[in-house]
Amino acid sequence: MIRAVNLEGLALRRGERTLFEGFDLALGAGEAVALTGPNGAGKTSLLRAIAGFIAPAAGQIAFLGEAGALEADEARRGDVHLLGHQDGLKPGRTAREELMFQVGWTGGDDARALAAVETLGLTRLLGLAVRHLSAGQRRRLALARLAAAPRALWLLDEPLAPLDADHRTQFGALMAAHLAAGGLILAAVHDPLPIAARTVALGG
Amino acid sequence: MSALARLFRRELALAWSGGGGPLLALGFYAAVTTLIPLSTSPDPRRLAGVATGVAWVALALASLLSLERMFERDFEDGALDLISLGPLPLEAVAAIKALAHWAAAGAPLALAAPLAAIALGAPVSLAPLIAVTAAVGGLVFAFVGGLGAALALGSRRGGLVIALIVLPLIAPPVIFGGAALDAFAGGLPWTTGLMLLVAYALAAIALCPFAMAAACRNALS
Repeated sequence: MIRAVNLEGLALRRGERTLFEGFDLALGAGEAVALTGPNGAGKTSLLRAIAGFIAPAAGQIAFLGEAGALEADEARRGDVHLLGHQDGLKPGRTAREELMFQVGWTGGDDARALAAVETLGLTRLLGLAVRHLSAGQRRRLALARLAAAPRALWLLDEPLAPLDADHRTQFGALMAAHLAAGGLILAAVHDPLPIAARTVALGG
Repeated sequence: MSALARLFRRELALAWSGGGGPLLALGFYAAVTTLIPLSTSPDPRRLAGVATGVAWVALALASLLSLERMFERDFEDGALDLISLGPLPLEAVAAIKALAHWAAAGAPLALAAPLAAIALGAPVSLAPLIAVTAAVGGLVFAFVGGLGAALALGSRRGGLVIALIVLPLIAPPVIFGGAALDAFAGGLPWTTGLMLLVAYALAAIALCPFAMAAACRNALS
């Protein structure tokens, strides 16, 4: 299990443009970091670099477990959860089919998925096709996947955007539970997170 | 349920559903093979001469139809991100996607191919060999086609790009399969063509997943 993530001297380039250079961040178990910055500062790119989709132009991304450094690709495949702008749900399939596949794929089981569905109040939506869900409902379905899969590092990109006030509070409780269990959260946000979090500014 | 089985089930369900899949491919196949006698001549002798060839070319075209959906949908809605962070490497994911595509479109087409050829006047004794060559050829279409689909990720009009990438690469199996059928119908030794077709399919199955995974990683970065 990932206990810490260390970024050292990280630089990211997209095409000709350098997004940022010399970025350092240490994230430990039970800690949440809110990543802020103007549009285009590289918040999404940073999350995708940690998830292994973008190769950094310079610097190190290291995952540490109980017994020292972890092999990066292995850590990503087993213990990293990225929730991007899109929820990754197929419009033509039912909420249940999508959730059960995604939870199973990321290492959870049906019982955990149903518990998360209960917590997020999605029970009545499970039989519906995803195309009939609102943006907020889809996001909650994606959050249920997050909560049901036992993965330590959550990389969240604007997780709150489509949620109403009640569901933001509810999501705050989920995040608090995740941190209490030794999880790590790095979230790119424009609005403040509903939990206590260290703020790190990117660019600007 | 293992991750492998879980992904295969999902891919198969996606390939079967949503207004595409086998019905679309079979309908297209039936339409093309019906158009040939209408556009050339209904003379049975002339048709019988081209029956197997037409059945094969129509098969290749029908296999192209739903290729675009193999990676593009997952790429567009963000599911490919999630799948990349799963327990299996992208190479295995790509191979499973291509296999599921074959099971949903290639296998039904392989069953329909002998019917189409016989309807056009091919001898009934050819039916088993047509089904076998179509099934093996379908594997090539699925794996090479998957490579085209992965390379075209993110491009507009991906379907057209895929067809242009894939058609030259599936020329050899069309030639091998057609040659085997011709030789069989003429009472000549026919196993060479079939063996070459199988060899091409094995090479495609062994190599294409790596190329598909590399193309997906490139699109995701």
